[in-house]
Amino acid sequence: MTDTLTPVLTRNWGQPRSWVLDEYRAQGGYEGLKKALTMTPTEVMNEVKDANLRGRGGAGFPTGMKWSFVPQDNPNPKYLVVNGDESEPGTCKDIPLLMASPHTLVEGVIISSYAINAHTAFIYIRGEVVHPIRRVRKAVQEAYDAGLLGKDILGSGYDLDVIVHSGAGAYICGEETALLNSLEGLRGQPRLRPPFPAVAGLYASPTVVNNVESISTVPSILAYGKDWFTSMGTEKSKGFTIYSLSGHVAHPGQYEAPMGITMRELIDLAGGIREGHQLKFFTPGGSSTPILTPDALDTVMDFEGLAAAGTMLGTKAMQIFDETTSIVRTTRRWVEFYKHESCGKCTPCREGTWWLAQLLARFEEGTAHEGDVDKLLSVCDDITGKSFCTLAEGAVACVTSAVRNFREEFEVGYHTPAWEYLPYAKSALFPVAQDDLEVRA
Amino acid sequence: MSEPISMAEMITLTIDGAQVSVPKGTLAIRAAEAAGVAIPRFCDHPLLDPAGACRQCLVEIPDAGNGRGFPKPQPSCTTEAANGMVIKTQATSQMAKDAQEQILELLLLNHPLDCPICDKGGECPLQNQALADGRANTRFDGVKRTYPKPIPLSDLILLDRERCVLCARCTRFSDQISGDPMINLVERGAKSQIGIYPDEPYDSYFSGNVTQICPVGALTSADYRFSARPFDLTSTVTTCENCASGCQIRVDARRGVVRRRLAGENAEVNEEWSCDRGRFGFVSGHQKDRLTRPMVRKSGELVPVSWPEAIEAAVTGLKRARLDVGVLTGGRLTVETNYAYSRFARAVLHTNSIDFRSRSQSAEEAQFLAQHVAGRAGQDCVTYADLEKASKVVLVSFEPEDESPMVFLRLRKANRKKGLKIVTIAAYASRGAAKMGAELIPARPSDVPQAIRDLDIDKDAIILAGVPLTQIPGSFTALADKVAESGARLAWVPRRAGEIGALEAGCLPTLLPSGHLVSDDASRDEMSEVWGSRLPSTPGLSALELLQAASEGNIKALVTAGIEARDFLDPDAALAGFEKAFVVSLENRMSDVAALANVVLPVDLLETTEGTFLNWEHRVCPVDEAVPNPRAAMTDIRVLAALAEGLGKDLGFRTAAAARIELASLPTWTGPREPMTPVAALEPGRSIQLVTWRELLDDSRCLDGADALLATAREVVARISPQTLRDEGLATSTYVRLTGTKGSVVYPIRVEPTMVDGAIWVPFNPHSWRLNQTGLGVGANVILAAAPAPTKEGE
Repeated sequence: MTDTLTPVLTRNWGQPRSWVLDEYRAQGGYEGLKKALTMTPTEVMNEVKDANLRGRGGAGFPTGMKWSFVPQDNPNPKYLVVNGDESEPGTCKDIPLLMASPHTLVEGVIISSYAINAHTAFIYIRGEVVHPIRRVRKAVQEAYDAGLLGKDILGSGYDLDVIVHSGAGAYICGEETALLNSLEGLRGQPRLRPPFPAVAGLYASPTVVNNVESISTVPSILAYGKDWFTSMGTEKSKGFTIYSLSGHVAHPGQYEAPMGITMRELIDLAGGIREGHQLKFFTPGGSSTPILTPDALDTVMDFEGLAAAGTMLGTKAMQIFDETTSIVRTTRRWVEFYKHESCGKCTPCREGTWWLAQLLARFEEGTAHEGDVDKLLSVCDDITGKSFCTLAEGAVACVTSAVRNFREEFEVGYHTPAWEYLPYAKSALFPVAQDDLEVRA
Repeated sequence: MSEPISMAEMITLTIDGAQVSVPKGTLAIRAAEAAGVAIPRFCDHPLLDPAGACRQCLVEIPDAGNGRGFPKPQPSCTTEAANGMVIKTQATSQMAKDAQEQILELLLLNHPLDCPICDKGGECPLQNQALADGRANTRFDGVKRTYPKPIPLSDLILLDRERCVLCARCTRFSDQISGDPMINLVERGAKSQIGIYPDEPYDSYFSGNVTQICPVGALTSADYRFSARPFDLTSTVTTCENCASGCQIRVDARRGVVRRRLAGENAEVNEEWSCDRGRFGFVSGHQKDRLTRPMVRKSGELVPVSWPEAIEAAVTGLKRARLDVGVLTGGRLTVETNYAYSRFARAVLHTNSIDFRSRSQSAEEAQFLAQHVAGRAGQDCVTYADLEKASKVVLVSFEPEDESPMVFLRLRKANRKKGLKIVTIAAYASRGAAKMGAELIPARPSDVPQAIRDLDIDKDAIILAGVPLTQIPGSFTALADKVAESGARLAWVPRRAGEIGALEAGCLPTLLPSGHLVSDDASRDEMSEVWGSRLPSTPGLSALELLQAASEGNIKALVTAGIEARDFLDPDAALAGFEKAFVVSLENRMSDVAALANVVLPVDLLETTEGTFLNWEHRVCPVDEAVPNPRAAMTDIRVLAALAEGLGKDLGFRTAAAARIELASLPTWTGPREPMTPVAALEPGRSIQLVTWRELLDDSRCLDGADALLATAREVVARISPQTLRDEGLATSTYVRLTGTKGSVVYPIRVEPTMVDGAIWVPFNPHSWRLNQTGLGVGANVILAAAPAPTKEGE
């Protein structure tokens, strides 16, 4: 079964002190950079373009194409900004990567900045994850000390400064324009587009914003070549990626595999659903991607396969729930998250999540009114397609897909609390008192 | 849409089936307005950058102009109209109608149903649009968010957070328009709210605007809150009298009492804004010292008498003085009233001794005004729009944010939107200058004339000259020379609303109405013909000369209108003149001059009269009667007509309307202008020079009673450069004592890095810190010394 795995990004995670420069180099680190510096920036960009690397942060936009949007005749400086504000419920790939192998990212940052002619790059990391931030800062310092950053990198004449910025803990700052606002010291709220960041991003200058994993994938493409990369994956989703499995599987964790693996294979890799239980539903790419049920187990886990299934690959964060789990409780927890994280800029998201959370509370407590399921869907419809950014779409998607698949279970909320219908202690991985679980979110 | 349409490339689109052409770059919501379709909105405001926050203006766009449409409703406030675009609003699209109803339901989710006790109820965009575009019922039966209410953002502005729909109009206004980003959104999601920094209130000169653009009742002003219902108010469109900006305002009165003032909409002048002084500074005439009955001094006391007795007493006094009379009109009267005084002085009293300048003044200034400002009849005058188009705008001893707030807003806008280059010849880069992106040409007062001569300007530049130049010898000479040399245009921006009107009405010793000259026989004859009276050719005395002569007994009677002795640089000297002369004071409130007068004749407040102001652009700004006058006061013109009659002459008119007709019929003097006599600049010297101007909010008597407004005035400080502090041995001091010929005042020291060395700046007349206790003005050499903290404010 291990044949299915293709550890590239995760390859050195098990090594002792994998986050230290010497260890990283011993594993072949910074070879991609050396190769890149022998090429022109345009050649580097084309290599990534031809490898058809698609953004790993959720949207799947081709990374090389994004780079090519930077107007090189713009007199302003160009910036690379790495989005490490990983905060989606279920999503947990970037933080372990930063923790285990920060140099993979640093190397990717140098190559990517070189490709777009940026001389300053920013790594924006979610503020709560203090330890990974320290690792990245330390890695950047090591890179400076080793001549991998700063002036005349490895004698190439290319200069680059990298600034590691810790966010203040807002999910919305994962949205690229809100991230840029936050980086500029402004309130983290999304900006109007156009202008797009590629034209007027950070400090109104051309800016590329890429996910941590996308940038971390770049060194291997340079080191081993685009053909190696495109030999993996499916027709339109090339290469490998990190799938994060959490929840009711025997061995939760990061599984790096080629694009196009199925959910069934992934669950097998994780040792199957915990013993004595069956899969009830799962998210394919974090809580904002519509949930799927066991009949979708053979769906190909790439951008196209999941789109065809009416959901999204997202951040490839599979939250796996067995039959003991209350869909009502789960949905409420997700919506409470979106309500808490709504930036408040636009009406549908701000007020809509406030309303959804109140409705879902009634379902969980068994005090929902007859007809509230339709009201719930109607409120979702009020929000859908009207918000400023896509945060609200995620909040709505988890509700509508839950109701679509488990309407009867929501209707139980007309008369029975969720904790009576599906006692929460049974879904816990560890022994816990029922009382402790009846927490009002 | 502020660009002239002919200048822009036009595009054509279809809105609700009707074709409309708009300039390229127009937002869909504006294009819809042009097509006569009102799309509901909250965050959108035509003068603010688009936000797209409230999502109320969603429309259906089946064709974006490229044959493809949007599957989802689009916000019309952030969508740029495109050629061939098809827009369907709530009028023709179920998608748009549904979307708008859904957004309104969401907006009302957390909004209290307190319209019956809300100040906005009756004029509330949320209320109106909920009725027009919303569903009748809400389906929300949950818990609304609530807050303790209200919280003060400043002494003037209060916030009821639960009513706020978070449209961010107020924060965008404060940031983009006024440049005072002192309020911002804090917290997140449904708990988002407008906030200020701890201990840093929203003390902006323009804060009142946020109460007007707030689309709900969240922002209210301390002085108007709970004082009237919108539907009980009678509105009058008129002009603000607080400065020479000429803002159109709307005055709202309830049962004959003015309750509030709002910014009017005049795209050419104030757009849709007003300053806080203009908005809130209107209650001075409502104070207890309002004069309601004529008074005559008997046995040393002013006692109320009948109108005939008062007129008789005044006439007797004026007759006794014969030609030794003078008229002081102040700077706050309408054009018509100024014109009446001008005619009264020349044709009735037969004197040229009339002066509107109840402030510092110079002969150089009078010549400059006659040569470069008066008699323009609106021709070739610099306008607000011209400022935006200039190659460069130069401010000379002129601080727009304090002295003409609308000029400030316009310059800031032009700098922000079009990159207008602004330079300021000043002693330091003030907060206002920074907000306009102005480049500082540092100059002590004595350096100003040379700084003017050194300016790098072309014919497309505009120079704006401020009133403090009066106190800088040689500055007007330099200005005249510079204009002649460069071809640049020039405007003089006085502080008071009536000063340009007074000039055009001829309230200067050398100047007759419409630019006619006393010194020119042909010019004088033109006016003699109109007035049917031979006019005196003897040069008149200026205000300061009049007061000096009065104190020496050479001027025996003075007619005054709206004069305060403390308006003068040396109030005691002024009072000495008023004490000695027979004073006929036409006033609406008791003043230091009226208290010394022999006859006090109560006249109307501006809010009970009609007429016109000429703003700094020489634009005609109509003043309308907002409330009927319930008291026994008369208009100045009516009183002057009665005095003329008593003196056996005819003033020629008895109403502002009649005066206006006569003024309009006057020929403008097109003959030679009096050339300026060059005045040399002062030697710089090595002493510390004083720099000062009146801040917008100070102890002006026009602001009496506006306590909440005054609480937002700027902190009183003396600004000194670090070098000067060291040179003067003040480096470790917290307070400085400024000593002049008459006395001294102690100020807290504020180190000002941009301050020119060898100078000190203090505000002119803040409460209790009165500079004119020292007898010093701009450019005066001053003595500085360290001082202990005052035991009470201002000693």
